[in-house]
Amino acid sequence: MTRSPAPGTPVLELRDVTRVHGSGVAVVHALRGVGLKVFAGEFVAVMGPSGSGKSTLLTLAGGLDAATRGSVLVEGEDLGALGRAALAKVRRGRVGYVFQDYNLIPALTAAENIALPRELDGTSARVARREAQAALAEIGLSELTDRFPDEMSGGQQQRVAIARALVGDRRLVLADEPTGALDSETGEAVLALLRKRCDEGAAVVLVTHESRYAAWADRVVFLRDGTIVDESVSHSAESLLTDGSHR
Amino acid sequence: MSIRFGLLALLESGPRYGSQLRVEFESRTGATWPLNIGQVYTTLGRLERDGLIVPEGGGDAKQQLYAITEAGQAELGDWYARPVDRTQPSRDELAIKLAMAVGAPGVDIRAIIQAQRRHTLKAMQDYTRLKARALAGGTDSRDDIAWLLVLEQLIFSAEAESRWLDHCETRLVRLAEGRPQPQRSASSQQTPGIPAASPAKSRGGVS
Repeated sequence: MTRSPAPGTPVLELRDVTRVHGSGVAVVHALRGVGLKVFAGEFVAVMGPSGSGKSTLLTLAGGLDAATRGSVLVEGEDLGALGRAALAKVRRGRVGYVFQDYNLIPALTAAENIALPRELDGTSARVARREAQAALAEIGLSELTDRFPDEMSGGQQQRVAIARALVGDRRLVLADEPTGALDSETGEAVLALLRKRCDEGAAVVLVTHESRYAAWADRVVFLRDGTIVDESVSHSAESLLTDGSHR
Repeated sequence: MSIRFGLLALLESGPRYGSQLRVEFESRTGATWPLNIGQVYTTLGRLERDGLIVPEGGGDAKQQLYAITEAGQAELGDWYARPVDRTQPSRDELAIKLAMAVGAPGVDIRAIIQAQRRHTLKAMQDYTRLKARALAGGTDSRDDIAWLLVLEQLIFSAEAESRWLDHCETRLVRLAEGRPQPQRSASSQQTPGIPAASPAKSRGGVS
């Protein structure tokens, strides 16, 4: 049973999070005391040079790794305080993860890939398939329902992976360089999909090194050496249109 | 130059008044480069002087219809066929600023780069908002498509600048890492992006 978070609770919160790998002379501080809040309907991009801690931040936010110090909360729930089974349930039910290399299961069709996490969470196979078909229809890829990953282009696979990340009641979507292997136009279609989900109420965190894709976000945070050093917040389109400088 | 040819291009569709030309120019470019009416009439005066347009009907300049001449159409055709010159780049304030900042005492060039990166990305975020809105509104008319192309030009230019800033930072950090550290800062973090010597060589590094 999922408890409802208090109103105003961030969907994702990192409180003073530090992640250290190794020890002694080989110690690496991947993140150093990072604080970040992402609210429902907010799209945040994380940028920074290689080794700045971008992917570490995302794996911690998704419960795929644990902080050395500090807390990671999803809808107010401290992931560090959960047992393995409870953590896996949060990951399957509330967090959608999009990877650069799609991570679709080769032996399953598009619909089966999307339905799998729902079935693992106790949804009947029939309902899960119906949800998967609806998710594919929503992104205009119904014709891929029964195709296997090796029968799809990279862009199609990534959009199926996004459908998998969005199906059900996922309120936090984490995307790690989801446009990495895609051409410009397909990459843009992927971003438009994430933007749409965000406008419908999900919180989205995108890690990217490409500013053109980061520009789809409401807020861009810059990481350097494991620390947030800066951020950029966009205007609303309405304010840009009314200031007289654009049509 | 671009106003001159922009007005000629609009006149190719038929005679127009100065005020019409201003509205159509801004509509096509999303008012990204707003024109004042004085610029329009000054440019029309020069086009008339050069025989590229002719006034139609009487009255003063404000109530005058203008039409493109054969010479104007030929000039316009040449403009479309000729690549825009990139071999004589205009002075770029940012490039000049970074060139001056290399090796300047007390200047944190990484901070300059980051401040610019934030500003450039912010502009890209704003343009991307407008683009998403333009796409959602449809691209049926010629003005819609023209506005989208202008917006995407702004986004791609900003992206190029952003990538160049990333490149500058990486290069400066590598250059600084390759230099012997001054004794007074040996135990602390180096001041990033400020090469210790040979400003001429450093300037070359960011060009």
